[in-house]
Amino acid sequence: MGRDAALNTAVFAALVAVAFGAHVYGAPYVVTLATKAAILALAGVGLNLALGYGGMVSFGHAVFFGIGGYVTGIFASHAAAGTPVTTFPFTIAGSAEMLGIWPMAMVVTALAAVVIGALSLRTTGVYFIMVTLAFAQMVYYFAISWRAYGGEDGLSFYVRNSFPGLNTFAPLQFFAISAVLLAMAMAFSALVTRSRFGLALQAARANRQRVMASGIRPFALQLTAFVLSAAIVGLAGALYADLNRFVSPAMLSWHMSGEIMVFVILGGVGRLAGPVAGAGVFILLEQLLGGVSEYWQALLGLLLLAIVLYAPGGILGLLARGMRRV
Amino acid sequence: MMLLSEQVLNGLQYGMTLFLMAAGLTLVFGVMGLINLAHGSLYMLGAFACAWVAGATGSFALGLIASLSAAAAAGALVEVVVIRRLYARDHLEQVLATFALILVFSEGARWVFGSFPLYLTLPSALSGAVMLPGGLQYPLFRLAIIGVGVAVAVGLWLLISRTRLGIRIRAGEADREMVAALGVDIARLYTAVFALGAALAGLAGALVGTIQSVQVGMGEPVLILAFVVIVIGGIGSIKGAFVAALLVGLTDALGKALLPSLFARVMEVSAANGIGTALGSMLIYILMAGVLIWRPQGLYGARA
Repeated sequence: MGRDAALNTAVFAALVAVAFGAHVYGAPYVVTLATKAAILALAGVGLNLALGYGGMVSFGHAVFFGIGGYVTGIFASHAAAGTPVTTFPFTIAGSAEMLGIWPMAMVVTALAAVVIGALSLRTTGVYFIMVTLAFAQMVYYFAISWRAYGGEDGLSFYVRNSFPGLNTFAPLQFFAISAVLLAMAMAFSALVTRSRFGLALQAARANRQRVMASGIRPFALQLTAFVLSAAIVGLAGALYADLNRFVSPAMLSWHMSGEIMVFVILGGVGRLAGPVAGAGVFILLEQLLGGVSEYWQALLGLLLLAIVLYAPGGILGLLARGMRRV
Repeated sequence: MMLLSEQVLNGLQYGMTLFLMAAGLTLVFGVMGLINLAHGSLYMLGAFACAWVAGATGSFALGLIASLSAAAAAGALVEVVVIRRLYARDHLEQVLATFALILVFSEGARWVFGSFPLYLTLPSALSGAVMLPGGLQYPLFRLAIIGVGVAVAVGLWLLISRTRLGIRIRAGEADREMVAALGVDIARLYTAVFALGAALAGLAGALVGTIQSVQVGMGEPVLILAFVVIVIGGIGSIKGAFVAALLVGLTDALGKALLPSLFARVMEVSAANGIGTALGSMLIYILMAGVLIWRPQGLYGARA
């Protein structure tokens, strides 16, 4: 096992150890925090595919997080009320089954990503950042004015969706579901980045002209990566909705986009376990600094500033450098 | 008809405030190649400075001066301490560092001023309504905002096309090394441009704070709309920012006012209201998508 692989495994193992340790010591609250970290890390792994490997600085990934969440909320609330989600063009019934909701959330998110990605990828660089941000804001305002599903107040559903053979209300079992999905997404991400497609994608980030000169269209590569990335973030959104049993426009807000990006950068861009370390540290800081001052986000801002200015590789970048020295 | 001309004026007024924001952003991007998310924080800072000084002294004029100078000073400080280190970095790092600045500014403002909104009272000379030709009553202060917007646009045009500073700014956009080799202090020039953009954002904050309310987080929605304006107008082009700001302002005001009644002609009123409002709030983004399909580099952009 190479150093990077060892580091990735160690970070993931640390998250699992925290959850199981907390369960053994009877601290379900900490298990729930670890679950939140796993879900946010899943969103980060998704964004990393576009941002770290594809070089697409999307500042609008909250839109996919939110759509995944809303699909979950809408299906669950219709299942609870016993009404169909839609009767046109054909009847779609509500569902309280995670295995039914997840694919739906990923498909809807991917469709949104095809449209947003195809339009945004007409631009590059700083335009791309602004355009993705703007499209996310559009969906945010749409959700606010969509009264049928709660509008500004958001949408609550009282029963967490079910998974065959498991009790999703038991904190450790829901953590296990989230952690397995996170591990699968990390494995998928590792496979993709090593495949022909992933290599071409990374080449297109490094040198667009040369990739075009070898007869590959960067647009198709980037759009595919954008859609895959969005689908993973959508799945994370679905889990996040289930964690809170609540979805609201806040999941779609620019602030959420910024936070998902922070997980990736805090951990280390383009590193497999970067988002896991980033989300874990973020949750940890939220708990520690949140206890010190209600203005903890200002401290988070200063820390983030220090990382960007002085440690561009993020936490894992620092750790990897430390290991190399040993 | 009366409704229509009132909405056109609302759209112009909204567009002018967006222009004040977008002008600073596009100037900073054009000259320094920097994307600054914290521009919205400078807008918020201007609004708070105006509300606080106007509240303490009772003078709106002093409040306006305070908003300009506080935002310019904060802009210069932030440029020297943080932003300066970001010019050579890639856009991702600029986005993150300025996102971090938003967190610091927002929580700082919440700490100093609390979470409750502040309200600004209009000076008596600018309050009330005026009768426009055609018999339309329109608030004087909103007309004043349109006037300020036009004055700033003309002033910026004169500054950039006629003054020595303007020549340096244009030269800095074209070739930074050459300008430095000719003996211009690039670092000071950049601080000045950043402070100028910040002052415009602060002014916009003070003006909008007067018709709405002054609170933490007021800057970011406007910032994102200013991004839409810049994308439509073309990055780095002040002329583009002006045209696009008015376009966005008018589209938003007219869309929100007219769509519900347009839909009401083909469907029942409550459904028409719902769809009309939802679509009205999405209209400017649809406009942006249209411009992206037609001209990805924006109306006045050189090349994407």
